[in-house]
Amino acid sequence: MTNSRWTQSLLQYGGLLAVLVLLIFIFSVSSENFFQTSTLVTIANQVPDLTFLAVGMTLVLIVGGIDLSVGSLLALSSAVLGVLMAHRGWSIWPSLGVAMLVSGVGGMINGSLSVGFRIPSFIVTLGMLEMARGATKVVTDSQSVYIGSRVEWFGQPLPGILLSPAFLTAVLAVIIGQFVLTRTVFGRYCVAIGTNAEAVRMSGIRSAPYSIAVFGISGLMCGLAGLAQTSRLSTADPNGAIGMELAAIAACVIGGTSLMGGRGSVISSFIGVLIIQVLRTGLAQIGVSDANKQIITGLVIVVAVMLDAVRSHWGKSK
Amino acid sequence: MMSAPLLQTRGLTKRYGGVTVLRDVSFEVRSGEIHALLGANGAGKSTLCKIISGLVRPTSGSMRLVGDDYDPPTKQHAETAGVEIVQQELNLIGTLSVAENLFLTRLPQRAGMLHSRLLEEQSREVLDRFGLNDVRAHTLVETLGVGRQQMVEIATALARQCRLLILDEPTAALSGRESEQLFGHLRRLRDSGVGILYISHRLDEVSALTDRITILRDGKFVATHATESMTTDLMVERMSGESLGSDASTHTSHAREEVALSVRSLDCGMVREVSLDVRSGERLGITGLVGSGRTELLRAIFGAEVATSGEVALRGESRGRRFRSPSEAVAAGIAMVTEDRKQNGLLLSQPISTNTTLSSLRKRFSRWGLIDRRGEQNVSQQWVDDLETRCESIDQAVGTLSGGNQQKVAVAKWLVRDADVFLFDEPTRGIDVAARKRIYRLLESLARSGKASVIVSSDLEELFETCDAIAVMCNGRLAATFPRDQWSQEKIMQACFSGYVK
Repeated sequence: MTNSRWTQSLLQYGGLLAVLVLLIFIFSVSSENFFQTSTLVTIANQVPDLTFLAVGMTLVLIVGGIDLSVGSLLALSSAVLGVLMAHRGWSIWPSLGVAMLVSGVGGMINGSLSVGFRIPSFIVTLGMLEMARGATKVVTDSQSVYIGSRVEWFGQPLPGILLSPAFLTAVLAVIIGQFVLTRTVFGRYCVAIGTNAEAVRMSGIRSAPYSIAVFGISGLMCGLAGLAQTSRLSTADPNGAIGMELAAIAACVIGGTSLMGGRGSVISSFIGVLIIQVLRTGLAQIGVSDANKQIITGLVIVVAVMLDAVRSHWGKSK
Repeated sequence: MMSAPLLQTRGLTKRYGGVTVLRDVSFEVRSGEIHALLGANGAGKSTLCKIISGLVRPTSGSMRLVGDDYDPPTKQHAETAGVEIVQQELNLIGTLSVAENLFLTRLPQRAGMLHSRLLEEQSREVLDRFGLNDVRAHTLVETLGVGRQQMVEIATALARQCRLLILDEPTAALSGRESEQLFGHLRRLRDSGVGILYISHRLDEVSALTDRITILRDGKFVATHATESMTTDLMVERMSGESLGSDASTHTSHAREEVALSVRSLDCGMVREVSLDVRSGERLGITGLVGSGRTELLRAIFGAEVATSGEVALRGESRGRRFRSPSEAVAAGIAMVTEDRKQNGLLLSQPISTNTTLSSLRKRFSRWGLIDRRGEQNVSQQWVDDLETRCESIDQAVGTLSGGNQQKVAVAKWLVRDADVFLFDEPTRGIDVAARKRIYRLLESLARSGKASVIVSSDLEELFETCDAIAVMCNGRLAATFPRDQWSQEKIMQACFSGYVK
């Protein structure tokens, strides 16, 4: 039993882990500075914000939706956090509570509108992308808000283990996300809705609450991501996280999550996040220009999806 | 010697897997005649037409068109040879204009650009020839009514020169005036020498319009008659054939006294004022022609479609209601095994276990929102064993199972959930004999344990074998109900066609 579960996990994540290891190997060979504790620590402490977004995005994609607003909601929650902490002098936890409330409500609005009015979530969240960005500028008066050490500690390595609270929280979110997806009724219904919503309806299940909740969760994740990013930059930047929704989607897709819904894994998305970050850091270290970095990252996304398509085709014809 | 017939088929046979839907059919259509093709559901009319028009290839047999060998591999080949088909469902593109639809495959061009004026002129000519003077060529198809769309569809086929025209239920969506218009046109076509193969359930139309009638039954050719020698009663008799023995000796009714499901004058879409009672332990069959509203009735009872008036009451309820969603119906104790398991019955890419527990997960297999995986596995395995579902393991994706085994999973989903009333829509469509027998035994055991079942099927033999009574739907209404000791195939067929004969 244990054995077969191990084999299964290896089959499921093996390919992705191989890609990750291969990338690390390539960079270690081509740059002597890469395979060092400091580099790996840097990578680990850069991924939390994207990881939070990818956790929420995985669930959204699994129910057959898409959430383009996560970058803006991240910026909005970061702005709320910054304003409350720096201008109002609030402490970090109540500020985070309000920030998550704001982004969570944003997510719920996404879900409610797309489910209630049967508008594709692509459109609704595209609207939210603009609105949340605008709200961010209103909240901050379009100025960066410097917070400093009161928030920095969250993103800085803890002595002894070299990992930041942000990273540990993100990993916890991945674990909880995967657990919810595979072990709870909620997760099961999400997969079912993404697979065949009409069959779910005809099985006597009301899918609306699940679809809406998934967007709400994605919103909450934006709040946590906002904290992670703010702590890393010491600052709430109203122009931060632009285009980050695409990075989150890319991470999920690299991890094998289907844009058609019904298939995906939070752990795989996390590995997707690591692949993206290793690529960014590694390419920067070996001196690849920003332009070329973008080209290569794009290539990796396309190749990953191609490999996945070939694999699933092969699996079917077998 | 007479000239060769327009179309001649020799021993056409079509098999899908182990199922033979058309068996050794030989008949002919002449130039300048309207030739009706009659038969009950599943008699093979549509398959035959699809073979003639190149949509389906026969398993064996041959055809000749005006004396030449004719074996169209595609619809385009058939069209080149002069054979056009108008199918029941509309094949128009709603967002294009009438003119563009009429000439979709050969739009007039000038230097790579659409030659609008020529298109308009050509379309005008076709529309006028067809008597559609009121339809403007540049109107978008989607803005037309269904009847007009159907006329445009037929005009599309007629815009091309053809020798043989096949029409599958062309008048289903037409008003009386539109039908008359169509008939006038068909007669003119006939007089110009075109052969027309005409499928319709409306026997009075067939009497009035056609010259000869060919009758199919169970995929086999029965006879070709001159229309004037046939009455509508005779047509029905020929379609139903020899009476099936209703094997009363082996059937035991488990029907009890109390009514489990009571439907009162339910209206929903085409379903009109349907009332019926099903008692606990009773198995009520519902049959009718395709399009008579059987599936729509089940969906209305189940809340999948919201009924516009009428009500549904379950056992012990004094006041009826209308379910607004399947979840309400399920909560009240109704289960529905849908007709199209791939579309709305199963999660094909998910394992057997997930499908088996889908509708009962929250109720039976969870605690604090966590899935009881052991319970789920045990129950899934138990039903796989019990229904003899052939699979490698319960972790296998349902989509990889054969049709019969998929159906067993679709049924198991509701057995696990449990209900007082089971609605089955075509429970054995496309499944093998062994699986079918297993489902019949299941229906029996459900009845024995006091469950009420409503079984919709086109297969009369199936209903004869399993049901206590059979209700017949016709044109959205319940035409008649026959208890076991009063039914016969002929009576049921009469009732099926009753709404279509004046």
